Amino acid sequence: MSVEAREARQPWILLAPAISAVTLLLLVPLIFIVVYSFWLRTATGADQVGFYLDNWQEALTDRFYRDILFSTLRIAAITTVVCALMGYPAAYFIARSRGNKVILLLLLMLPFWISYIIRTMSWINILGVSGALNTLLMSVGIIGEPINMLYNETTVILGLVHFLLPFMVLNVFVSLDGIDTNLEDAANSLGATKWQSFIQVTLPLSLPGLAAGGLLCFVLGAGTYITPLVLGGPRDAMFANLVFEAIITQLNWPLGSALSLMLLVVLGALVMIYNRYLGMAQLMKGLG
Amino acid sequence: MTRKIDDTTRYERLRERYMNGGLDRRSFLGLLGAAGAAYGLVTPYRALAQSVSQVRFDGWGGVVSEALRANAFDPFTAKTGIEVVDGTFGGGDEYLSRVKASQPGEYNIAHLSGVFDYARYHGLGLTATLNEKNIPNLEFVIPKLVDVFRNITDGSLSCVPYDYGTTGLAYNRKYISDDEMKEKGAKILIDEAHKGKIGGWSDWRTRMWYASLQTGQDPNGVTDEEACWDAVRQHRDLALKYWGSGAELMSLLAEEEIHVTEGWSGRIYALQEQGHDIGYMDPPNGFGWQECMFVIKGLPLEACEELLNFMLDPATSIAVAEGQSYPPALDPQKVDLGEKIPKLPAFDPSGTLSGLTFADPDYWNGHEAAWSKTFGRVQKGY
Repeated sequence: MSVEAREARQPWILLAPAISAVTLLLLVPLIFIVVYSFWLRTATGADQVGFYLDNWQEALTDRFYRDILFSTLRIAAITTVVCALMGYPAAYFIARSRGNKVILLLLLMLPFWISYIIRTMSWINILGVSGALNTLLMSVGIIGEPINMLYNETTVILGLVHFLLPFMVLNVFVSLDGIDTNLEDAANSLGATKWQSFIQVTLPLSLPGLAAGGLLCFVLGAGTYITPLVLGGPRDAMFANLVFEAIITQLNWPLGSALSLMLLVVLGALVMIYNRYLGMAQLMKGLG
Repeated sequence: MTRKIDDTTRYERLRERYMNGGLDRRSFLGLLGAAGAAYGLVTPYRALAQSVSQVRFDGWGGVVSEALRANAFDPFTAKTGIEVVDGTFGGGDEYLSRVKASQPGEYNIAHLSGVFDYARYHGLGLTATLNEKNIPNLEFVIPKLVDVFRNITDGSLSCVPYDYGTTGLAYNRKYISDDEMKEKGAKILIDEAHKGKIGGWSDWRTRMWYASLQTGQDPNGVTDEEACWDAVRQHRDLALKYWGSGAELMSLLAEEEIHVTEGWSGRIYALQEQGHDIGYMDPPNGFGWQECMFVIKGLPLEACEELLNFMLDPATSIAVAEGQSYPPALDPQKVDLGEKIPKLPAFDPSGTLSGLTFADPDYWNGHEAAWSKTFGRVQKGY
């Protein structure tokens, strides 16, 4: 074998484990899901193998699924905006702090050491009728009776923000940390106020990080089902809950497959749009 | 005569040939890859042929699992050396989905609720045929509980009945009196006066059962379906939360997030034992159910039968029942059940269970596809 041929093969050899993993763990299951979406559920719950468009017709034409999809995207969008508003100042503070950056980043990562479900359930102990907040408000005499704060859309968004905020902070931090502080000094020396230098120099340069964090928060938020299950009321379901119900409760794997692909296509389209205008490099930096 | 060699010897010989130059590298790696692939394909089935050292059991978790672990599984392991690995599930539907996705033999025994679940598993070809000679303790079980299962599987059994209970009305006595409960019955769950303090199980069968009671219909033969769905909608609009597990039910009641809900008799008894002033009432035609230890098709059948027989032993069964607070399936006319069990909710001293209304499996499974889907929509505001 020639040296050129051997060199040409090397990247593939190095990539082989990763490609195999992606193929076996992502691509093959995805193909199964696509195939399943064209099957049918029989009355007993068994699957009828074949090529039927019924599930797709139902998923695409039924208003019920469309409404829940829009509601899911709305909740994900609100969550993303709240994460951006709360996450940017935190990331700015960490990026500009001197000496204790590592400790602050460690603190930011600390919640990841606790299970997401436990973190979500912790809100029940905080906002519940006999939770910490009600007890505090009653003990200082602000309220006479406990207020119902749980099991509504607001608590779902709160739970999502709690889950997703670190992703936003990390992405914005990476972006801010890469900005040369001399640029701000230069703007100040040219007569700009601190606020002006932030608005005209720092913020535009950190937008890729904000966008990357926004994309992550939006995609992860739109795909969640635990948070509405734990913190939502009877009506507060998101699209992933429909997939869960179709597959687990109704044993309708074919319809569940069609619904999960529908969500995948919508969120995939958003990622494609992001990639088209901003590229994936910033996202990779944030994740790294 | 042929001599059997083990896989290690086979690989050593292969490596030796390669090292000696009798096999090129491509062939050597190809053979190793093929062996790996063959091992991957065969492993799930090979597991079935192995001697049994463990049996997997899946149940409802919480106090039920704790009772089974302490009173049945650990003593069984000590006696037989067979380890019982126990998992949990939140509901029969969720578990069925897991079994459907599994390899034969991966799941062995499940603590299933309701004859309708047994019928669903049978419909999906997941039933086994138990050798009843290996389960002599079956003779102590209430005959009515056994017969309903036999009717579904043509006289044979794929399970043994284990306990029974009810899904009745649980209420916080601090806010709702016993008299109010007696007066309103199942309709208290759609009473505006308790808006925001009502709960309910996110199970379509329970919702439809109680909707039948609220609209004055027979739960095993609804004639006005739309009236039931309206009652489900009414309950949804007044409810704070649908609970999804026994632990969540207990937490919501104990924390006073909700004042009234339907609840599982054993879990409510457990709350009462913890000192919470929670009342429990079975309304007329309240939801009665029986649970069974179901053996899923696939080996190891004999080990499963041995475990079932051990679990049905009166001493074990009574200890588990006292721990999980559900009456055992043992016939009180044949077995002395002690002092605690007769005090448990839903207990029938006659052993006929004539006072309980059970779900008709044909009726409920006949509506399963349509009603579970409709409930999914109604639940979300439709």
